[in-house]
Amino acid sequence: MQQTSADKVFNPPTLSSREFKRDNPPPTEDYREQLFELEKAGELEVQRVPEPYVELETKYGRIKKIPYQMTWHHKSCGQCGHIPGYSTAIFWLNRKLGFDYHDPRDQTSCTAWNYYASSTSNSAAQAGIAVRNFSQAKIDGYFPVIHCGTSYGHYKETREQLIHYPVLRRQVRKIMDRLKMPFVFPEEIVHYSEWVHAMRDRIAEMQVLDLSNITVTVHPACHYHKLVVEDAVYDRDLFDGQRTAVISGLVEALGARVGDYSTWHDCCGFGFRHILVSRDFSRSFATTRKIERMKEEVNPDVTLTHDTGCVTTLDKSQFAAQAHKRNVGIPVMSDAQFAALAMGAHPYIVCQLHWHGVDMKPLLEKMGIDHKKAWAEFEVQAERIKAGEIEYISWEEADA
Amino acid sequence: MSIYADAKYADVPVETKQALFDEVKADMRYEHQLYGCYECGICVAACPSARFYDFSPRVFAQVMAREDVDTFYELLNDSVWDCSQCFSCTRCPRQNNPGAVITIMREVAVNHGLQSAKEALKSYSRIIYKIMSTGTQVAPDMLQPDFFPDWGPDVKQVSENLDVWRRCVPPETMHTTEMAWDVSEKTRLELYMIWKLTGNLEMIEKIDEGIFMILEEVMEELLEENGYDIDDFENLLEEDEE
Repeated sequence: MQQTSADKVFNPPTLSSREFKRDNPPPTEDYREQLFELEKAGELEVQRVPEPYVELETKYGRIKKIPYQMTWHHKSCGQCGHIPGYSTAIFWLNRKLGFDYHDPRDQTSCTAWNYYASSTSNSAAQAGIAVRNFSQAKIDGYFPVIHCGTSYGHYKETREQLIHYPVLRRQVRKIMDRLKMPFVFPEEIVHYSEWVHAMRDRIAEMQVLDLSNITVTVHPACHYHKLVVEDAVYDRDLFDGQRTAVISGLVEALGARVGDYSTWHDCCGFGFRHILVSRDFSRSFATTRKIERMKEEVNPDVTLTHDTGCVTTLDKSQFAAQAHKRNVGIPVMSDAQFAALAMGAHPYIVCQLHWHGVDMKPLLEKMGIDHKKAWAEFEVQAERIKAGEIEYISWEEADA
Repeated sequence: MSIYADAKYADVPVETKQALFDEVKADMRYEHQLYGCYECGICVAACPSARFYDFSPRVFAQVMAREDVDTFYELLNDSVWDCSQCFSCTRCPRQNNPGAVITIMREVAVNHGLQSAKEALKSYSRIIYKIMSTGTQVAPDMLQPDFFPDWGPDVKQVSENLDVWRRCVPPETMHTTEMAWDVSEKTRLELYMIWKLTGNLEMIEKIDEGIFMILEEVMEELLEENGYDIDDFENLLEEDEE
């Protein structure tokens, strides 16, 4: 395949002379109000966002509440399973900011990866699974924050369906009765990257690394900003409010540079079924439409994203692409891992970067992190486990 | 008549195609996913699958709106599994959601145990077992070099050091190797009950009888051990239809 030269690539303007204003009511429904109406009718219980909260603007102007703490962490299959530093970094940020949070064992996957891969499910099952998780969060006394972009997107779809289809509410009611659990839905569906965005100034206050020489490209996750678009967070000061503000807002707050590239709206190529059993497609798309474009147009030090599948696809696809002499080699991590590193988190004990595919060492050196010393520290801990001296690395050791 | 010159399913009775089409159309979500088509091609421009497969979300929108059951049947068998389910096609100015129409079409294909669906999901079945039995879709022990040879030498390193490296992850819920995090047994059983109550086990049986039998045996033994009566968890969607 021919390499595309940078001068042939369309670069959209990063600054616009036009001021974008909302003149009309948004072409959307206020799902929160509709949930409250269903609650008034006795159909379900709405779990309120705990105070204090941060108010953020969404795509069409509705104000969204993001809780500081008392959060129930709805973990992600791919993050916990294959990118463990992703989830760990989210928890570490909560701990550093001194917030109360809950990491539940009574949470299941949303199962949406399976649903979008195989369709071996149906609306009633998917809604039942969502509501069981939300009910459990309420029972545990914490408010759900969703780690996975697909869980977030799928729960938004589920909420839309529960609001519109009485038959689905009746089915879910029957399921919850059979499980002897209440029918609960949260007032807001909150993605962790919105929480990171809301906390970005606090994170920046605790920053210990100078990132002014770091250039970042941002990949917004499809299921975050394309699937039920109304909930995604936007900011007039970032991309004129024309793209989601999460990730980019954090990068700016940390003093790094956001580099723009022409295929920012493209998917990563994950494909749900494809990434597991048809990866030639995922790899081709991730390489040619995302990584190579970023390389040619920006040549960033790192690309940041905010979803399980995107980190996996963009990172893991780059190894085999080298055999075809593709222009690859960009480290990939989540906004949470980047924020944690900026605050001094350990690159291997907290951010677990050794689970990622692309070589992170040049990036870490540029960020001012001594990766050789850090890896030696990690190996000491691993040896202590092997020797039976300790069973696990504890949070206290990770916090140190 | 199909729009494809090389149409493959001329021998399938039109009644069969019509019945499957009607099932898609009868799904409660369908009417909110398809409103018409300008043929502008925005969905195709945004679609990752369209770049690497003979696949077009616009063709889905057009064929479904025209109720062309012959071409629908072609798409149902030969195209529906190429979709990435990213929903980039929701950029449609008519508010169509071809990706969501495809989700329903896939559900119908699975419910009818179509051979094309079985083929598309052949290598995927073990993932279905993982999610249904553990409550997590992927697990650290799936990172094996023979399953992910294209992901590089790091996969081998992870698999060789798996037990120790998992115990080097600070959150207590993540010291697992066979599931992504430690899902309690009670919670796993609740998930299985939801699958039972909504008829999902029957869907699995139609796609992969072997996986279904193992899953049923393992999970129902666990239910019995925990004092549940499996007869309390019959498909309630069938009750609903009655």
